[in-house]
Amino acid sequence: MTREVPSALPATMLDGLRAAAPVMLGYIPIGFAFGVLARSAGLSVAETGLMSLLVYAGSSQFIGANLLATGAAAPSIIVTTFLVNLRHLLMSTALVPSLRQNAPWQNALLAYGITDETFAVNTAVLQGRPASPRFVAGLHISSQASWVVASVVGALAGHLVGDQAAWHFGLDFALPAMFVGLLMPNLHGENRKARYGAALAAAAVAVTVAVTFPDPNWSIIVATLVAATLGVLLS
Amino acid sequence: MMTVRPAILLLFLGMALVTYLPRMAPLVILSRLELPPWLLRWLSFVPVAVLSALLAKELLVNGTHLDVSLNHPHLWAAIPSFIVAAKTRSLMGTVLVGIASMALVRLVL
Repeated sequence: MTREVPSALPATMLDGLRAAAPVMLGYIPIGFAFGVLARSAGLSVAETGLMSLLVYAGSSQFIGANLLATGAAAPSIIVTTFLVNLRHLLMSTALVPSLRQNAPWQNALLAYGITDETFAVNTAVLQGRPASPRFVAGLHISSQASWVVASVVGALAGHLVGDQAAWHFGLDFALPAMFVGLLMPNLHGENRKARYGAALAAAAVAVTVAVTFPDPNWSIIVATLVAATLGVLLS
Repeated sequence: MMTVRPAILLLFLGMALVTYLPRMAPLVILSRLELPPWLLRWLSFVPVAVLSALLAKELLVNGTHLDVSLNHPHLWAAIPSFIVAAKTRSLMGTVLVGIASMALVRLVL
């Protein structure tokens, strides 16, 4: 296989929108399903849209809506949300080399849009190079817009199709498939052996933690800490 | 339908705050510091580690247990995507093939 040549650095919001296409394809069916669930959990359409706009974190929104439906108290929902989303700490840190040249206020705004999926796209495209804030803003705004709009549409029209519609078309598999596509450029940078080693270790640790502890919120964090350290040792 | 209850708004603001802080603090604070080379090297392995961990959980874990049976066909439905990703490097192609594979698997099963 030929050596990976990094593609030209994207610079505009339109580049960001283009890069967001697979994320949006994944967010639309899942956001729709969230809207359906939120309504059945007793949230209004406006509240559903507000949650996607303010919280903007897929799994914790599903968990939060479920907890609301069971009558859980607000403090316990907030603590659970914090733990589920703590993994973003590592992603935010890993984006520092690409975003440090931006003004702090720009980074404070861009940080709002860091998700598993936008992080994966950002790092695959940038590969550690300095990022244009316009590109990142385009990626983040398009991704979140698709999430908010889809959850509102799901809340409005969910009773017509149900939350299983996307399931039959395999649309819930868009994001796992995207991770497959983004893993490749991440495996084939410098230090190939160390990257493969880190990937295997991360997969093994994540699965082990997730099946060993009933509360699997820590699996991604623990796996990343172990695997990145192993990567350094192997390189 | 369009009402927003104050208690719910307050809950969402709390959830939003505890979600935003871990997203924002490292990026804003660490961007002002000079990071040592070993840390930069360590951070360069974070994306591959995060991606692999997320993907492994999606493909191998069903709820709280390891499941690669046909009840949870995610691993098998991902194989065509792995092939397309390795051969073409097309992200959108990889995603579309993944969706089609999963739809097909569920149709057949």
